Amino acid sequence: MSTQVQMPTVAAVALRAVDKTFGAGGSKQAAAVTALTGIDLKVAPGEFVSLIGPSGCGKSTLMRLVADLEQPSAGTIEVFGKTAHQARLDQDYGIAFQAAGLLPWRTVRANIELPLEVHGVGRPERRARAEELLEMVGLADFAGHRPDQLSGGMQQRVAIARALAERPRLLLMDEPFGALDEMTRERMQDELVDLSAQTGCAVIFVTHSIPEAVYLSNRVVVMSPRPGRVSAIVPIALGERTEGTREDTTFFAAVTAVREALRAPDRQGVEPR
Amino acid sequence: MKIGAGPGRPWPGRRHLRSLGAGIAAFVLLILLWEGYKLIGSPDGFSLHDVRLLPRADDDSMPHVWQVVQRFSEPEISAAGSSSVLVAVLKAAWFSFRISVAGWLGGVLVGVLLAVLMQRFRTAQDALLPYIIVSQTVPLVAIAPVIVGWGGQLAVFGQPWQPWMSVAVISGYLAFFPVAVGMLRGLNSPQPAQLGLMHSYAASWWQTLVRLRLPASVGYLVPALRLAAAASVIGTIVAEISTGTRGGIGRLIIEYAQSATGDPARPWTAIVGAAGLGLVVAALVSLLDVGLSRFNPAGAR
Repeated sequence: MSTQVQMPTVAAVALRAVDKTFGAGGSKQAAAVTALTGIDLKVAPGEFVSLIGPSGCGKSTLMRLVADLEQPSAGTIEVFGKTAHQARLDQDYGIAFQAAGLLPWRTVRANIELPLEVHGVGRPERRARAEELLEMVGLADFAGHRPDQLSGGMQQRVAIARALAERPRLLLMDEPFGALDEMTRERMQDELVDLSAQTGCAVIFVTHSIPEAVYLSNRVVVMSPRPGRVSAIVPIALGERTEGTREDTTFFAAVTAVREALRAPDRQGVEPR
Repeated sequence: MKIGAGPGRPWPGRRHLRSLGAGIAAFVLLILLWEGYKLIGSPDGFSLHDVRLLPRADDDSMPHVWQVVQRFSEPEISAAGSSSVLVAVLKAAWFSFRISVAGWLGGVLVGVLLAVLMQRFRTAQDALLPYIIVSQTVPLVAIAPVIVGWGGQLAVFGQPWQPWMSVAVISGYLAFFPVAVGMLRGLNSPQPAQLGLMHSYAASWWQTLVRLRLPASVGYLVPALRLAAAASVIGTIVAEISTGTRGGIGRLIIEYAQSATGDPARPWTAIVGAAGLGLVVAALVSLLDVGLSRFNPAGAR
């Protein structure tokens, strides 16, 4: 609707007054659950934003709304100035879930080619793109392997490569490292920082882990549950991530800031968790 | 990074060889049990208050294994120029085999189509599934005359309805059920993340079916095909008997049973033939399994 030229940069994602209620519309109104209410959020192109909050705060739902996997009950969602629906049809985003969701009967390469195949990209082009992505995630030697021959971290890398196949400008990630051990997790975080810098992708990253959110993000969006809403937005200024970043005092200060934002008693009724 | 190249997958044939060995061992055990019982069992069986609990072990009720084997090589009837029982049993088994395959193919086709329809339309599932389950509670003996009656009024591609077609339809009627149910489960088996991915690719229903649901259903389909094979053989034999179709192993079992008093080994030849038919059909389906093992995580391991 508002794709005027006067705005120099269209936001990667813009949510305005978004509500999401599950189980509404039916006759039984009592069963309706408000998952999200009054969400306003803008993500700039190339920006890395993490969504953090306790279970049930609707952070995954928020990501799924942007992905057009769920429909908002109220409010508007724009992705690069289009509706979320149009953005999905145009393949403006790539997505990765906690479960890598690789197809076990396909090789690693064929898994990465899947989205390209669905969109009718020719075989030589598909193959070239898959090789390029495998190189990027450091799995060039594993192109012909089957997913069950790979470790969890490697499977997740394949899933990320697959999400990048269509060169999206937005990457949506729902706890992609949630099932990995701490060591692998930190290495994957480093790789993701590199990837997002390399590709210039904006990223919306859902996580449970405060250090992870802090390390990866330009901004951490802190959410609170029942009903899910944004309770704070913590900007992170760590500069370039290096070996020492995780031991830096500014890093710990940012972690503390997010932790306090999560704890802040700004909700109407404090619920036992 | 840990080297992800797992150990080479063991040669798939080894598993099949082992199960073949186990099958042969079970067969030998069965013969030993049979002959062992004949050795120690009473010729009058064992009765408790006039209720017979163990069968008679005399040669009329339980002929020796070698008598049955020998009977195969003897002429079917005493008239001169009669071919051997083996030839008669093989001919009948071949006749029934072809009908079973026809019934199996038809049943698999109908089962897969029904499953796809039910997956596509929730309403179709709600409407069809109860009837699919009820269909299997109708006794075959009851539907056989109906199908013969209907078939008699039909012509297929200008050809009049053949009796074997009724048998194949009944065979397929039994075979489609495990396929429809197993396939439906398989089509619904992909993880939410996989379905979400396909949705995020804006993949059509057809693309999702071909690239995700069908390959994912193979692990459910293969056991269903095996059940369907067993059902189609049983359906063929029972339908041959209840429709009175000549030429198959079902009819042969009835014919030979009538001569049991004078020729006790003869009925067993037909029964062995029926069992052999079942084994052959099961083996053919196992070949399919080998061909599809890429899609079958259980089969690949």
